[in-house]
Amino acid sequence: MSIDISQFHDVFFEESFEGLDAMENGLLNLDEGAADIDAINTIFRAAHSIKGGAGTFGFMAVSEFTHVMETLLDEMRNGQREVTSDSTNLLLEAVDVLREMLTAVQQKTDTDDERIAAVNKQLAAMLAGEKSAADSGDEDAHDVTTSEENAEQKIAGWQITFHPHKHLFQTGNDPVRMLRELASLGDLTSQLNDDGLPDFAELEPEDSYLSWHLTLKGDISKDDVVEIFEWVDDDCDLEIEAIMQAPTNVEIAVAQLDKNVADPVAEVQQESKSEPSSEPAPSPVKAVAKKAAASPPAATSIRVGTDKVDSLINLVGELVITQSMLSQIGDNFVPNMLPQLIDGLAQLERNSREMQEAIMRIRMLPISFAFNRFPRLVHDLSDKSGKKVELKLTGEQTELDKTVMEKIGDPLVHLVRNSLDHGLETPEVRLAAGKDETGTIQLNAFHQGGNIIIEIVDDGAGLNEEKIFSKAVEKGLVEADADLSPEKIHELIFLPGFSTADVVSDISGRGVGMDVVRSNITGLGGSVEIKSKRGEGSTFTIRLPLTLAIMDGQTIRVANENYIVPLISIIETLEVKESDMKYVSGKGELYPLRDEYVPVIRLYDIFNLEPTITDLEEGLLVIVEGEGQKIGLFIDDLLGQQQVVIKSLETNYRKVVGLSGATILGDGNVALILDVPGLMALYRDPSLAKVITSERAA
Amino acid sequence: MANILAVDDSASMRQMVSFTLKAAGHTVTDAADGKQALDIAKTKSFDLVLTDVNMPVMDGLTLTRELRALPAFKFTPVLVLTTEAGMEKKQEGRAAGATGWLVKPFNPDQLLATIKKVLG
Repeated sequence: MSIDISQFHDVFFEESFEGLDAMENGLLNLDEGAADIDAINTIFRAAHSIKGGAGTFGFMAVSEFTHVMETLLDEMRNGQREVTSDSTNLLLEAVDVLREMLTAVQQKTDTDDERIAAVNKQLAAMLAGEKSAADSGDEDAHDVTTSEENAEQKIAGWQITFHPHKHLFQTGNDPVRMLRELASLGDLTSQLNDDGLPDFAELEPEDSYLSWHLTLKGDISKDDVVEIFEWVDDDCDLEIEAIMQAPTNVEIAVAQLDKNVADPVAEVQQESKSEPSSEPAPSPVKAVAKKAAASPPAATSIRVGTDKVDSLINLVGELVITQSMLSQIGDNFVPNMLPQLIDGLAQLERNSREMQEAIMRIRMLPISFAFNRFPRLVHDLSDKSGKKVELKLTGEQTELDKTVMEKIGDPLVHLVRNSLDHGLETPEVRLAAGKDETGTIQLNAFHQGGNIIIEIVDDGAGLNEEKIFSKAVEKGLVEADADLSPEKIHELIFLPGFSTADVVSDISGRGVGMDVVRSNITGLGGSVEIKSKRGEGSTFTIRLPLTLAIMDGQTIRVANENYIVPLISIIETLEVKESDMKYVSGKGELYPLRDEYVPVIRLYDIFNLEPTITDLEEGLLVIVEGEGQKIGLFIDDLLGQQQVVIKSLETNYRKVVGLSGATILGDGNVALILDVPGLMALYRDPSLAKVITSERAA
Repeated sequence: MANILAVDDSASMRQMVSFTLKAAGHTVTDAADGKQALDIAKTKSFDLVLTDVNMPVMDGLTLTRELRALPAFKFTPVLVLTTEAGMEKKQEGRAAGATGWLVKPFNPDQLLATIKKVLG
C-alpha cells in the first residue's frame, strides 16, 4: 500500500514559514546580549522541525541546508558555542535563504543556487569544518571489507546467545518479539536456558530471567541479525558467531575464482562509492525568479478562532427561527397581521446585520501579521545607517480585514523607512540636540468609529518646511511667492515627483514614495495625513475602513439619478446662495468655506445629465474631501444613508474616472458610487471624460 | 488493530503519522507536546506510544520517563522519533526507558514496518 503524503505539504509549508518567523524573532532578540537558553531552544526546535519535515516530505535540499543551521544552533544551546552578533547575523541571512528555498519549492520556481551555496559555505566555515571527507572515505572502506569477507566465505548461519538483562521488560521490549523476527529471517532453532530462574516465591513477574542459545540457518547477513537486537544491545548479553560451511573441493575452487573476481569487484565498489561525493556537478546557476513578481498563490487560507465560528452558528440558528416565523405569517396572511409582519421584518434586519458583522469578523486578523516584519526591518536599517532606533508596537491585536492588511504592508514599510531615513537623526546629532541617542519609532493601531487607525510616530527632526518648500518650488509644484501654512507645506510631500533626498538612497527617496503611498491607501478607501513639529518628530496617521467590500454610503440625488457618496469623505452639507459664491476666470465657481476656497462641481455637468435643479438655492452643496483637498458637489437632494456592498466597475465593465464602483439599492436600482479624487481629476482636466466617450464610440 | 498515541509538535508530521497509521487500521490519538500527551495517558491506555524528542513544554524523553512511572505504561512500547542517530542520544533514550527509535525522515512504509515489528 502506497500512501500519498503530498496532501500534507501545505501544512508543512505553513508551519515552516511560521517556524522561520519564530526563528527570526528569536534571533533578533538574541542579538541584544543575554544568551537566553529558552530562546535558543525555541530557535533550535524550529530549525529541527523544518529539517525533519523537509526530509520526511522529500525536500532534501531544504533538509540539508537546515541541517547545518541546526548544528550551529545545537552547539549554541549546549554552551559549546558563544552567541555572537556575527553568528546571529549569519543565521538571520540563512533564515532568509531558507525562506526563499521554501517559497521556491512551494511555488515550483527556481532557486538562487549561487546564494544558497555561498551562505552554506559561510555556515560550514563557521562550524569550522567538523565533517571531513576522510570520514566518509573510511565508511566506504569498511563496507568494502565486509563485502570482501562475504565474497570469500559462505556463511551457513549464525550461533546466537541472547541473554536479556533483568530489567529488559521495563523498556517495553519483549524477547519473544526478537525471537519471532529471527525466525522470519531463516530456519531458527532455539534452546532455552532457565538457569537464572529463581524459586517461584522469589519470582518478580516484571523481571527477565531467561536466556537462549539460538541457531539460525540460512544465507543471512550479520547486519540483519544485529539489527534485530539494535534496541536492546545495552540491555542484554549478545554473542553472534558465524557458522561456516566446510567447503567441498568444488566450493574451494569456486571460492578461489570468486576471490579473484571479488578483488576487482571490491575495487570497483570502492571507486563507485567515492564517486558520489563528487557527483553533484554544479547545477547551472539559474536566474533568480524575482520573489516580488511571483503572483499570489491561488488559494490562501485564514485561521479562524472557533469562538467566531460558534457565534456564526448561533446567528444562523436565529435566522432560521426568524425565517420560519415570517414563513408562517406569509402562509395565512390577513391584513390584521401587519404589525407581526413588521416585527418579523425588523427581526430579520437585526439577524442580517448581526450575521454580516460576524462574517466580516472572520476575515479579520490581528494587525500583528503586518507589524511582524518591522523588528527585522528596523534592525537591518538601523545597522546599515548607523542610527540607533528602538521600535515600539502597540495595538498589535487590533483586527482588520485580511486583504486590507496585505495591501497596507508596502505603504507601511515605506513610511517606516521614511521615518528612519529622513526623520531620525544620527546619534551625534541627537545628543547635540539634547535628545536620547536612541531614536524611537512607534507603530500604533486602534479602532475608531468604523475605521482602523494606524499611526507611525517618530521622535526625529520633524519635517523641514524650508527644504520642502524650496524643493517644491524647484519642481514647479508651487509658486515661489505662495504663502502656505506649515500644514499645507507638509501636504506637498504627497505630490507626485517630490523628493528631498539629495542622493537617491537605497532606503527611500527616488521621488516615487509618498504619492504612491497615498494612492495605495486611498485605493483601499482610506486616508493618510501628516502632523509634524520641527525638532520633535512626525506622526503619519493612516485611516482605513474596516472592510473593503462594504462601505457606509450617503445616497444623493442628481437630475433624477441616484449616486452614492462615501460617507468617510463627506465633511459637511450646506445650503448656499448665489451671493455666497465667488467666480474666478479659468477656475469656475468657488465657495468660501471658512479660511479656504472650495471649487464647486455641478455633478449634472460632469455626468452629462439633463439637470432638474440648476438654482443654487434649490439644491445642496456637499463638501467632500479627498487626498488632502476639498471640493463641493452640487446636488439636488440628500437621500438616506446606508451600508452598501461595493461591486467593482472595473472587473465588470472597465475603469471609469470619477466612479469607484456600483451597488444595488434596496429598491433594486443600480447606483453608481462616486470617487472623490477621480472627480477632482475630472474637474481639473475635463478631457479625461472625453477619453471615455471616444472609447465608447470606438 | 492497535491503539496508538502519537506525539509531535509539528502539525504536518502529526497529520502524516495519523493518516498512515489509520490507513493501516490502527486507532490514533495525537498530542502536540509531552504535557498534552501525559494528560491524555493518565485517562486512557495505549498499545504503543510514538513521540518526537524536541517539543516545547515537555520534551519526548521527559515524557517517556513520566510514562514509565504510570502503572499502565510500565511495559508499553514507546518509540522515539528522532533525527539524531548518534550514540549519545540513543543512550539518553534508553536511559529514559524508551523501547526503541525511528530515525527521521522516515516514509509511511518504514513507519508501518517498525510498528508491526514492535506490536507483533
